[in-house]
Amino acid sequence: MARRENPEINAGSMADIAFLLLIFFLVTTTMDVDSGISKKLAEKPPKNYEPPKIKEKNIFQISINRNNELFVDGDVMELKGLKEAALKFIDNGGGIGNPMPGEDKGKACDYCTGDRDETSSDHPNKAIISIESDRATEYGTYVVVQNELLRAYAELRNKLCQKEFRMSFAELEESYKKGGRKDEELKKKVQFIKNRYPQIITDLDPTDNNK
Amino acid sequence: MSKFKKKKSGQPAISTASLPDIVFMLLFFFMVTTVMRETDLQIDSPRLPSATEVKKLEHKSLVTTIYVGKAKDKDKYGSSYNRIQLNDKIATPDDITAFIMNSREKVSEAEIPFMTTSIKADKESSVGTLTDIRLKLRDVNALKLSLSTQKGNTISK
Repeated sequence: MARRENPEINAGSMADIAFLLLIFFLVTTTMDVDSGISKKLAEKPPKNYEPPKIKEKNIFQISINRNNELFVDGDVMELKGLKEAALKFIDNGGGIGNPMPGEDKGKACDYCTGDRDETSSDHPNKAIISIESDRATEYGTYVVVQNELLRAYAELRNKLCQKEFRMSFAELEESYKKGGRKDEELKKKVQFIKNRYPQIITDLDPTDNNK
Repeated sequence: MSKFKKKKSGQPAISTASLPDIVFMLLFFFMVTTVMRETDLQIDSPRLPSATEVKKLEHKSLVTTIYVGKAKDKDKYGSSYNRIQLNDKIATPDDITAFIMNSREKVSEAEIPFMTTSIKADKESSVGTLTDIRLKLRDVNALKLSLSTQKGNTISK
């Protein structure tokens, strides 16, 4: 018996199903931000810890007060000038540095391009940047200050990397990460640059006397 | 007089056969770009500051998040931008130690050193709150920290 062709399934409700699924996803998910400034915290010092004596010229003191104003070594400074000032401080190379890993004696900095002022830091691996902020300072300002300091370090590292390996430090790190952090050659190069300009940024705890 | 009947039909209707395709494409876009929200925010969504030197968080399964911002329930918690949220309720810095220990138990021994703590704080919250969190994290030895920021230019002042 000839039968009529089976009626086709009505596909008009497919759009409705799709809309429902879409609304479900719109409601239950967020576009999360997954990037940020990474910091390695220092370990908690044991009781009766005596901080090592550091020459004042090797410390770059930044203070932020509750009105989000910046003071560097006592003088007011605009945010715009912070990166340059930090760069000058780190790259100064006015004396002898700490021994590099693998060596036992410290040497003078042979890659620094700074003024070699004797009243500023001795060597990039001795240059400490310390941030002291009031408890009521805005977090936004704090992040901006951290970012400017990291930019200074990034610029110095890029310059050295260009000179030594003819590529920017960012590219070097990218290719190292892409290889799953296994390539020994790249690892050595990344460590080389990092040891020459180590990021030494400390936050002064405002309630030091409560420890 | 024409032999042919001029059939003046109405304008041809727009075919809606491709409507489901468009909707599916939108759906796939959202499925790919968004993250399933794990916790309900008890605080107003924090306005993250922007920075340029940002790094992506790796191993998202090893990340614990601490939210800092203004509570939605203003009568109970006040309206300063300094409420801390752990998991799904408002807490104080002292609860951070237990919170981190709990999240460590869910991870294998070998992976504990790779755990990162991400702080999503509103840009108007105080550095004092951040310091409290930082000190508690240091006590628990959770030393890898990431301050959540959007990628963007900061200095326009």
